[in-house]
Amino acid sequence: MAPAVPRSGDAIFANVERVNAELFTLTYGAIVRQLLTDLEEVEEVNKQLDQMGYNIGIRLIDEFLAKSNVTRCVDFRETAEVIAKVGFKMFLGVTASVTNWDNEGTCCSLILEDNPLVDFVELPDNCQGLYYCNILSGVVRGALEMVSMKTEITWIRDMLRGDDAFELQVKLLKQVPEEYPYKDDE
Amino acid sequence: MQFFGSSEISPSPPVPTASGNNAHMMYVFNRNGVCLLYREWNRPLRTLDSNQDHKLMFGLLFSLKSLTAKMDPSSSVEKGNLGVPQLPGQGCSFHSFRTNTYKLSFMESPSGIKIILVTHPKASDLRESLKYIYNLYVEYVVKNPLYTPGTPIKSELFNTTLDQYVRGLG
Repeated sequence: MAPAVPRSGDAIFANVERVNAELFTLTYGAIVRQLLTDLEEVEEVNKQLDQMGYNIGIRLIDEFLAKSNVTRCVDFRETAEVIAKVGFKMFLGVTASVTNWDNEGTCCSLILEDNPLVDFVELPDNCQGLYYCNILSGVVRGALEMVSMKTEITWIRDMLRGDDAFELQVKLLKQVPEEYPYKDDE
Repeated sequence: MQFFGSSEISPSPPVPTASGNNAHMMYVFNRNGVCLLYREWNRPLRTLDSNQDHKLMFGLLFSLKSLTAKMDPSSSVEKGNLGVPQLPGQGCSFHSFRTNTYKLSFMESPSGIKIILVTHPKASDLRESLKYIYNLYVEYVVKNPLYTPGTPIKSELFNTTLDQYVRGLG
């Protein structure tokens, strides 16, 4: 039998190299600030953050799998739980909760009460359309894609816009089966 | 000549030496069948060109995996026909097989990274070692910002560390 999936990321979090949380927050802030200057359009910044997150996600998944000893991600429900409890803890130091499942079990929400990315942050009036933490949705999307789950991720609630928590809706579009990659005539 | 279940293996390869280096070669594949890494330590006989060799290895693992899943007597889930595409991680999988002249150990991560180590047949269970190699891959390859995911690995540092580790395997 496969080893039990870890239920919490505390042990792993204690063992990995960490950076100072404020340094992390401020660095991320500097990146967003720079993107706003460079790209000017808030929409473009959202897109760029998502893309950056995606590029992080497709690499981060291997680190996650190697350190957490997760050996399979077939069941979407279980996978969502692991992301919320282990993944977020391992890389952000906070845990999320999973709620709002739809009937088919293909859509759920990850809720973050506490988010280190937004310490010290206030959205000015001219940036109201900005999804400040859009990098997170990219990371989740990229990581899930590497385990063959195509997902669509949208922000439902955002504390910077006056909501009481961060809510990330994860919708499973499809699971891609493994196919033989070579063509016969090659 | 014997084919099955014999304790006496023949022709017997040289007994593993205490100085290590009982590994013959190692492959790392990604999900798309790209050979990310091929290392060779001890391989006197070669019959195919490297490209064909990699493809053959990948094909062997791919087929063996779907066979083992199909044969699984313990699962009551309807498994479908042999060769029907499976979701990654679905069904069971094998972790090694042994012939009279070599042992092949295999690990696959849910992200589709396959690590294959071919060693002397008397090598012990190498599952933990493969996990360790996966960790090396994360540290030296995945975390390298200059590495483009999905391309062959050209990292001296990774190769050196890997060689050192594999040499120390029992």
